[in-house]
Amino acid sequence: MTDLTELGVAAIRDGVAKGDFTAVEVAEAFNANVAAAQTALNAFIVATPELAVEAARATDARRAAGQPLGKMGGVPIGMKDLFATKGVQTTAASHILEGFTPEYESTVSQKLWDAGAGMLGKLNLDQFAMGSSNETSYFGNVISPWRRSDGGNAALAPGGSSGGSSTAVAARLAPAATGTDTGGSIRQPAAFTGISGIKPTYGRCSRWGIVAFASSLDQAGPMARDVRDCAIMLEAMAGYDPKDATSLNLPVPEWEAGLSADMKGKKVGIPREYRMDGMDADVAASWDRGIEWLKDAGAEIVEISLPHTKYALPAYYIIAPAEASSNLARYDGVRYGLRDLPDGAGLQDMYAATRAAGFGAEVKRRILIGTYVLSAGFYDAYYTQAQKVRTLISHDFKNAFTQCDVILAPTAPTAAFGLGEKTDDPLSMYLNDVFAVPASLAGLPAMSVPAGLNREGLPLGLQIVGKPFDEQGVLNAGLAIESRAQFSAKPDKWW
Amino acid sequence: MSNYRIQGATGEWEVVIGLEVHAQVTSNSKLFSGAATAFGAEPNTQVSLVDAAMPGMLPVPNRECIRQAVRTGMAVGAVINKWSRFDRKNYFYADLPQGYQISQLYHPLVGEGEIEVILDPKDPEGSTKTIGIERIHVEQDAGKLMHDQHPTMSYVDLNRSGVALMEIVSRPDMRSPAEAGAYLAKLRQILRYVGSCDGNMDQGSMRADVNVSVRRPGEPFGTRTETKNVNSVRFVMAVVESEARRQVDVIESGGTVVQETRLYDPDKNETRSMRSKEDAHDYRYFPDPDLLPLELDDAFLEECRASLPELPDAKRHRYETALGLSAYNANALTADVEVARQFEALLASAAGASGKSEADVAKRVANWLLSEQPGVLNAAGVSSDHPKNTVEANTAIVVATESGLISGSKAKEIFEAYLTTEIDLAAEIEANKQTSDTGAIEAAVDAILAANADKVAEYKGGKENLFGFFVGQTMKAMQGKGNPQLVNQVLKARLA
Repeated sequence: MTDLTELGVAAIRDGVAKGDFTAVEVAEAFNANVAAAQTALNAFIVATPELAVEAARATDARRAAGQPLGKMGGVPIGMKDLFATKGVQTTAASHILEGFTPEYESTVSQKLWDAGAGMLGKLNLDQFAMGSSNETSYFGNVISPWRRSDGGNAALAPGGSSGGSSTAVAARLAPAATGTDTGGSIRQPAAFTGISGIKPTYGRCSRWGIVAFASSLDQAGPMARDVRDCAIMLEAMAGYDPKDATSLNLPVPEWEAGLSADMKGKKVGIPREYRMDGMDADVAASWDRGIEWLKDAGAEIVEISLPHTKYALPAYYIIAPAEASSNLARYDGVRYGLRDLPDGAGLQDMYAATRAAGFGAEVKRRILIGTYVLSAGFYDAYYTQAQKVRTLISHDFKNAFTQCDVILAPTAPTAAFGLGEKTDDPLSMYLNDVFAVPASLAGLPAMSVPAGLNREGLPLGLQIVGKPFDEQGVLNAGLAIESRAQFSAKPDKWW
Repeated sequence: MSNYRIQGATGEWEVVIGLEVHAQVTSNSKLFSGAATAFGAEPNTQVSLVDAAMPGMLPVPNRECIRQAVRTGMAVGAVINKWSRFDRKNYFYADLPQGYQISQLYHPLVGEGEIEVILDPKDPEGSTKTIGIERIHVEQDAGKLMHDQHPTMSYVDLNRSGVALMEIVSRPDMRSPAEAGAYLAKLRQILRYVGSCDGNMDQGSMRADVNVSVRRPGEPFGTRTETKNVNSVRFVMAVVESEARRQVDVIESGGTVVQETRLYDPDKNETRSMRSKEDAHDYRYFPDPDLLPLELDDAFLEECRASLPELPDAKRHRYETALGLSAYNANALTADVEVARQFEALLASAAGASGKSEADVAKRVANWLLSEQPGVLNAAGVSSDHPKNTVEANTAIVVATESGLISGSKAKEIFEAYLTTEIDLAAEIEANKQTSDTGAIEAAVDAILAANADKVAEYKGGKENLFGFFVGQTMKAMQGKGNPQLVNQVLKARLA
């Protein structure tokens, strides 16, 4: 019998529908992988094997009754622990929310359950989604299943903040997982672990029930083995939600049905400013291969300019922390989560003690930055200026899209780095998001697809950025690359 | 110009006042959540996940709250900003679950407007003054701390958390306690007419932050203090008076007024410092990224405008011109929207029942409502919302009086009896019809004069105030049914 955990979303959905195997068999196979890998990879904060089986039983029962199974019927998935899940602890990988069990279900996770998916567990992440290596989690690092081909056993970062998601999919602990992307948190971990992930247009997926990091940037999206699986899962996740005032009131396209790797008549923009001095040679080479693949698929390649690119990262590291400093004010020890109340303490003392104990160093750093840039006397110099830059970056993309349909660039400047390599240098860590952040600031759909291995045997990703609402164009370009890259590498199982 | 001056040891001082009024928007649910807003509910029973700021919760603007604020803006002749935006005001407090209040700093919903106030309500034809309104914005209310529930802890009630408030900011245009009081009263009147706020100041639905400074007449503004959460017209006037006095004393004794937030203590009738500018918060305002800018279209604005009722100034003017009421009565009848509503209901009913025009019965209805009915209710010991105090009953009384069927004093008597006992109102009116039968009146008068020959002599000797005695005796003898004019006429003729 096939190893069911080698199957992706489409294969499981179709196999369950056809009766090749049952949904319960699938759930149990993945549950076993989750349990076996937990100590070594630490991808999950909480495993919920019983929920995966329960959903699978429901799917099998529907099939037996001849009822439709849903877009995700029989597919067990991992849920990033940033999504509120009713009755299951939801922590954002922080101590301050440890033990918090919501009475409500996020819109996106509810849509997935309604589509027939089941939950394998809550996935580890960078604390409050702040990080690019999954090293800021209160619940410990997630270890990438990948190792360098140099024979060493150095533990590598799975990327962040959706590091539990990327590891779970790459290590076959889940066929797919939810991610959230504020400044690259879906795309960069996907690139680091040789999987696909798409951040849709801002507003496609409801933010209701997702622990907020930076409200104007946060977007949920799928992370899966391939482009088709991403298209299927995104269809299940997206849709207008009246409970989110920034939700897009647009119908959800049939992305899976619209998939096509034929790029004839399409123009692909190559942004001049992304080709930076001292660029990693393997990354540059993989970008060049991507260009050739898209040419081969029939696309015309055009050079474009995104002149304000160099200001994107500084602007992002003002706007995101500013919003975070305010969004995280609600974790005060008064109503839920951690409360540290020293003897004889007053209200201010309780706030200070609770937040000092509950937030990790990176979260505190960003709250401090955000508080600073919003302070009287600094607001105009930082926040207002950053918003202007954000507008200019949007204009850059708008102009570029008069010349091309999609933009191709590397997802990250390097392949996965070792754990601990960048933790002492926040700026070098932040630089990892340099290619991802501009699309986030402009709210554009963007995805990463695997494009090969570097000389150390580690995956590299290519990023496709599309016009607003044109997830289809992004997915199709991704499919064109995927069908030519023929990426089949997977990590050797060492755990 | 106001002549109000504070007499200091070194001369005269002028007071400058601006008010920031917080008015709770009348709506079934909160500004950004579906939770209910009823006053007086059990603690924490009207709290949604959004109001409690649970992780991942998002605000969604309540259209009705926006509509009410727009209607309010229109009622004070203000500019409505078709593009406005919500900002976060960040600070930590246990009654503020989000750690920020969603408000509007940079782009408020309503811009400049103005209202005209009558400075002396007893003299509606006297001087008026126009007070500028700088802006009106909408924002969330906070919850409430309860300090008396536990020996060492404070409890939090989040029922008010997220309730919609309008903050109505005046220009510093007021120059006396009377002007400040008149402004607040007028604002309350308008809000109640519009229906955007119930104006219940004792329940906290409306409260004022009072900004006061003093200066030598004609000189630039002095340093102001802000006294928070003053909850009655009377207290606002008292705050202005005591705070202005305090500032004059500070300056004249060589000190300087500090810009600070103060609290009013009604028991001692004084304000005291709450926090000074030095420990003021840095609120770190920035646009709320959970909300898109608020954009209003013409159809929405048109609907808001069309839904506005006749406003107090227009109504008062109409009562004077179309109904012929005195300025005093017109002002009294329009002072509160409920009174105006009662008046108009009774007016329409009385005009219909008597077959006369509203203008023909308006004076009678006005007098009944303003001078006669309140006394009757008072004597009967009932309030105006007594179930028997119906439009029908009042109509019967007013029509019977207006047509001369019963006398004014009989009307009051009958109405009181009707309220306090089980009588048939129509039958009672019928039974007490006054008589215009001259013969009967003459007979009664003659009998009274004959029985009081000594008093007649005194009257004729110059004690003319005995006339009232003869009227009273005659009316008494006729059980109040004699037509008073005829009784007077006959008495005058007989005593001549």
